[in-house]
Formats: sequence, C-alpha cells, structure tokens
Amino acid sequence: MTVLGWVTIVVFVLALTALALALGRYMAAVYTGGRTWLDPVLRGPERLLYRVLRVDVAQGQDWKAYAKSLIIFSLAGWLLLYLILRTQLLWDFPGLNPQHFHSAPWNVTFNTTSSFLTNTNWQYYGGETTMSYFSQMAGLTVQNFLSAGVGIVVAVALIRGIISRSGKSLGNFYQDLVRTVLYVLVPISIVVALVLVFQGSIQNFASYLTVHGITGLTQSIGMGPVASQESIKLLGTNGGGFFNVNSAHPFENPTGFTNLLEMLVVLIIPAALVFTYGRMAGNRRQGYAIYSAMMVMFLGAVVVAYIAEAHGSPAQHAAGLHTGVIPGSTGGNMEGKEQRFGIAGSALFDVVTTVTSCGAVNSSIESFTGIGGAVPFANLSASETIFGGVGTGLYSILLYVLLAVFLGGLMVGRTPEYLGKKIEAREIKLVSLGILITPLGALLATALATASRAGRASISTAATGPQGFSESFYAYLSQANNNGSAFPGYTGFIQTTAGSVGSHGVTFADLLGGFTMLFARYAPIFFALAVAGSLAGKRVSPAGLGTMRTDNPTFVVLLIGVIVLVGALTFFPALLLGPIVQGLTGHLY
Amino acid sequence: MRRDITTSIIGILALTLLLGILYPLTITGISQVAFPGNANGQQLYQQGKLVGSKIIGQAFADPAIKNGKTVLDKNGNPVTTPDPRYFQTRPSATVPADNAAGSAFSNLGPNSIATKLALAANLTAYLQLEKPYDPGLTAAKVPVDAVDTSGSGVDPDISPANAAIQAHRVAAVRKLALSEVQHLISTYTHGRGLGFSGEPGVNVLELNVALNRLGGR
Repeated sequence: MTVLGWVTIVVFVLALTALALALGRYMAAVYTGGRTWLDPVLRGPERLLYRVLRVDVAQGQDWKAYAKSLIIFSLAGWLLLYLILRTQLLWDFPGLNPQHFHSAPWNVTFNTTSSFLTNTNWQYYGGETTMSYFSQMAGLTVQNFLSAGVGIVVAVALIRGIISRSGKSLGNFYQDLVRTVLYVLVPISIVVALVLVFQGSIQNFASYLTVHGITGLTQSIGMGPVASQESIKLLGTNGGGFFNVNSAHPFENPTGFTNLLEMLVVLIIPAALVFTYGRMAGNRRQGYAIYSAMMVMFLGAVVVAYIAEAHGSPAQHAAGLHTGVIPGSTGGNMEGKEQRFGIAGSALFDVVTTVTSCGAVNSSIESFTGIGGAVPFANLSASETIFGGVGTGLYSILLYVLLAVFLGGLMVGRTPEYLGKKIEAREIKLVSLGILITPLGALLATALATASRAGRASISTAATGPQGFSESFYAYLSQANNNGSAFPGYTGFIQTTAGSVGSHGVTFADLLGGFTMLFARYAPIFFALAVAGSLAGKRVSPAGLGTMRTDNPTFVVLLIGVIVLVGALTFFPALLLGPIVQGLTGHLY
Repeated sequence: MRRDITTSIIGILALTLLLGILYPLTITGISQVAFPGNANGQQLYQQGKLVGSKIIGQAFADPAIKNGKTVLDKNGNPVTTPDPRYFQTRPSATVPADNAAGSAFSNLGPNSIATKLALAANLTAYLQLEKPYDPGLTAAKVPVDAVDTSGSGVDPDISPANAAIQAHRVAAVRKLALSEVQHLISTYTHGRGLGFSGEPGVNVLELNVALNRLGGR
C-alpha cells in the first residue's frame, strides 16, 4: 500500500460527492419540469421527438400504464437489437464492418441481446473478434443509452409515487425517457467521449492496423469508434467493453487520469439520483441519510479490496515472488492488472463497478486474491443498494428503506410510516418480493449450473477446486444483478479463430444466463412500480412525537443492518464455498 | 396497447438514428479534426515505416529459425525468443503474445497451482535473461509486473524498477553507457494522472525506438 493509493481513494470520494450534489440538483429540475441551462438548445429537439413519437406528454400514466409502456418499448428494443446482431454481414458497408465479421450464433446473440437490454452487458464474446462497428454503434451503443434511461425512469416513477399527494399518476414513461436521454445522458456522454479521445482513446472507422514491429514481428491492432461507446458504457453503468478486456485496454482507458475519470463517470448518476430524491421529496436530509449509508458500505469495500490486493496472492508467494513495495514498483497482486493503474487504481475501479451495476473491469477479477475477490461478491450480494446501477440503485435501496421502516415500526410497536405515508401489508408484500426475487434468481441459476454437466462445461480448465465454483456463482450472481462483470474464465462462447468462423456457443450457459438477466431485471421493476402505484395518492399524516425519523444516524445504521442481514442470510453459505475458502487458507488447488 | 406499440416502434427507430448513428458520427467528426493523432491510435513510425501504436504493447522478440524456416507453434504462430537488444514488455496472455486484435486476460486464480507454475516459469525466464548482465539480481528483487501477466495483454508500460533491471542488459548488448540508457528511461517514463492517480510507467515501444535512433546496435 502507498500513501498516494489512499490519496486517490480520498480524492475520489470528495470529487464524487461534490459532482453528485451538483448533478442531483440539475436532475431534480429535469424531472420536475424546472428550467435547466440546456433548455435553449434542447427544447426544440425534445418537442420534435414527442411529435414523431406521437406522445401526449400532458397525459400522466398510473403504474400499470407506465409498466406496460416500459415493457412494450423494451420488447421493441430487444427485437431490433437481435435483428441487427444476427444480420451483421448485411451491414457490411465501407467502414461499418471492415473485418467482415459474421454474426455470432443464435444462442450467444440471445444472451447478448438480453444482456444489453437489461443494462447487464454480460459478454460471452470478445468485442474485437466478434462485433462489427455497426453492431457496436447502432446495436449496443443505443441500448447502452436506453437501458440506462429505463432504469432511471423507474427510479423517478418510484420517487413520484412516494411523494405524490393526490392522483395515481407516476408521470409519462416516454416523456421521462426522452428527457433522460436528451438532458442527462447525451450531453455528459459527449463531453466524456471527447476527453477520452484527448487522453488517447481512439475514434475511427478504419480497418485493423497491420504493423511490422521493430524486430520484424507482425502485429494486428484493433480499431473502431471506441470513445463514443466507452463514455455511455460507463455513464449508464452498462459496462460492456468495446474490446474483450474492457477498460483494461489502453484504447478504452489510456491513462491514470482517465482511470480516475471513468470511475467518477460510473458513480456520478447513481450518487446524484440520491440527492435528486432528497430534493424532489422536499427534504434533502432524506437524500443525505441514504447517501451516508451507501458511502459507509462503499468505503468498507474499498479498504478491504485495496489491502487484500496490495498484500499479494498465495500463488505469487509460492512462486517465490516478493510482493512488497520496492523502489520503482508498488508490488502487490499485479496478475491481470495494468501498470498505469497500479493496485489502488485497480482495486478502486473494481469496487466502483461492482457496487453499481456497471460491470466494466480494468483488471481481471478472476485473478484477484481470495479476499479481494470476495469484495465484488459481497458488493453483488448487496443487490445494488450501494449506489447500484443508474436508477436501479435508487429504487433498490428505497425498497430496503421501506423494509427498514417496517422493521423499525415493529421494534417500537407503531404503524410504520415513511414520509407521512402509512406502510401497510400490501406495500410490505410487494417490497419483500422485490427484494428477494434477485437473490432467488441468482441462487437457483447457480444451483442449476453447478449441478448439471452442461453447466459445468462452462468452467475453465484451469479453475480447479473452489475457483470453479466461484466462476459459476459469480457468473449468475452478476447476471442476476444485471452487473455484467465476470470471472472471465467462465464461458458461453467457444471461438476457435477470430471472425467467428467455426465458433459455437455453450447453449446451456447462454440461455440460463439470458433468462436470468431478463427475469432479474423486469421482475424487480414490476414490483418497484407496483409499490409506487400503491403509495401514490396515499393520505399524508403530519409527523408526530412518536414518528420514527428516517433522516438521522440511527436510521442509517438500521438501514445498513437490514441490507447486510438480508445479503448475508441469502448468500453467505455460497460465499463460503468459493472465495472465502481461498482467502482464509492460502492453500493451492 | 396499439398506441404503445406504434410509439415504441417509431421510438426505437428514431432513437437508434439519434444515438447509434448521429452521436458516434459527431464524436468521430470532432475527434478526427481536434485530435487526429489520438483518434487513429497514436501510430508510431521508424524511418518512415509504421512500427506500432505508442499505447499498445508489443513483443520485442525474434522468430526462431530452424533449417532456414520459421518455427511455428501448434496454433501456427511463430515461436519467438526475446531480443536482448530491446526492453521487454510484461507477460501477455493473448494468442499470440501482445495480440492487439484479440485482447485477453490470463484468468489465473489466486490459489491455483496452475498460477504458481506459470508465475514460477515467468520468473525463471526473467532471471535467465537478466541475471548474466546484473549478477546481484535475485528473485526477491524482481518487481511483480515483470512476472505477473498484464490485464490487457498489450500493456504498453513496465514499472521503473523493471526498466532499471533491464537497462543493464540493454546497455551491455548495445555497448552503451548504463547512464545513457538510464537517461533514456527517464525520458520515456510517464508520471501519475494529476500527480496521484495510477502508477508511473515506462513506455517500452517509445524507449526501444529511441534506442535504435541512438545507434549502437
């Protein structure tokens, strides 16, 4: 560990909080019809889009209508993306598919399509050996924007449900989506993409470069419109890399500075939305309380991961390597990590992308130490409550807030209330279902994958003993939480040579993963919207002496306790079998 | 229902046009005008010939020749040995090594015997290459980045400690003063982002091209 490593973490947290406060205020204006400084530029295109889409923005939707629009829109997006990916050779115009890649087979495409629709971006393919530039842009980039937008609008709808005092309207789905894309996602993406190119990311439509190195060896270098996809991949907590190694690739993440920037971009919207919530609820302290709970858990994860990775792995020590800090090298577990990021930049990036549903990686999680690797597991087990994905994070933690309020009410023997609204049996049933459905999906899928021969076919040959179980468990935990990061040894796509010739999918893993992602995305959305509908228009009673406060440190502790308890009770046995065994014993398998 | 379907279909097509075509083209246009060097991959030329990208690592190795023919491995890629005249990049898990059109992690687990064997082999190879020129070198002095596989497989950098060890070999083989090589290393060492983010690294391709310019080969 180094002083500058800790400085990086502290600066990151301070910068994030400052930026999130500013963006949170801006986003509150976007969703309450307030004026923003982008109005003069964007009002025109916004109105034009409403006209083209034939949306009547004056018409509010109750939760069922809102959910129906969301599902139908998602279905249309799924079909178009599947079509684009399966007809890759048809779009072989100059600059769009210079390597003449064929489409991936149907099962892999099913997985990929479901993956990008659900903001998961799990990838059973290597970008630079499978996807044409057209597929990356018109297919994947589009869903990077829209899946992020869908997550955000659900959070906004839930906020409206919680605060609305009359009527059943949660707003208009299409209006919320259009405003999210135009006012939030596109402007920030443009700025970030240009900064990335300024720092060294590429953005072109050229064929892959063939170079003859100075010793005469030939090297082929992948090209493409990388920066435009990279920025929204991070901003929308999508995480699907243009290249196979994602943000470890120098073209995606060229410098120590871009590494810091990319981490900020990942967390900025999930963090800001918490403050947006406080503002929209008319009580900013509610936002600060939730932010504190998230930040405490986040910092815990960062500290553990950094210490563990700086310590080095048992395999390194057994091979005779010295992993301490020496002049000119910071030591630690550098297996699968890039020199320009170092241990701190890799550990922090890993935590940032696994607490959110981003799933981008700048180093190989599979090569993290046992305890360092247990951190992403724990982050995923928290079901997106530590900031979480864009929008998904806020609606996930709000469900936990309601649960904590309910438990607090039980403890003091009063009818639980949240922001003046009674929380009754109906809401708690919906909340419980919304909370438990993701772990259920993850554990069921893991059980199927480890108990069946077809499932075990995906485990990499080098992953023996607990590592093999970790690979499988992580795969379905990640897909169920719509995260998308992986122990990349686990496979669903066997590619014999570049260009998809002769490749095939492990159908079982492709289908199980695809269905897990769809189920674990849309079921919680359904329950979150149902809770919103149930709370919308409820009578608000004034706070009395006995009302439990939800904006003080006591509640923050209660909230963290509930999250840790639910996560630990559901996932601890499985965690023991994989990463914890490796972290505690130092035994080689 | 019907209204939702029409809106969704028109919506997805209109947004694909906006976000999937217009947006990337705009970024490409601005990038190609404002930062053409970066946008096209920081191509590096030596004596007018394209030799690589500044930020993509490559293998500085010579193909093994047997009976006048290049020896190929089972994947059809040439078998190579490190060229002692050049600084060497980090171990790479791609096939072949430093493949920038098929990036890959090693995915070696922290507690795997396979990992221990792979790392021990890398360590032995490193010592074999460097120890003859740096007799005081022991396993404990080898920095981790010289043995651990890089993330991308095309890491352009090595740690300053790694470069300092290799300097002995490069100086001896090229018959240059050690101080001259050390000076070049410091020229091609980049600092941390904003002074604190990440770690310093020595850009191996730029360093090797600069060595060739210096002569002494």
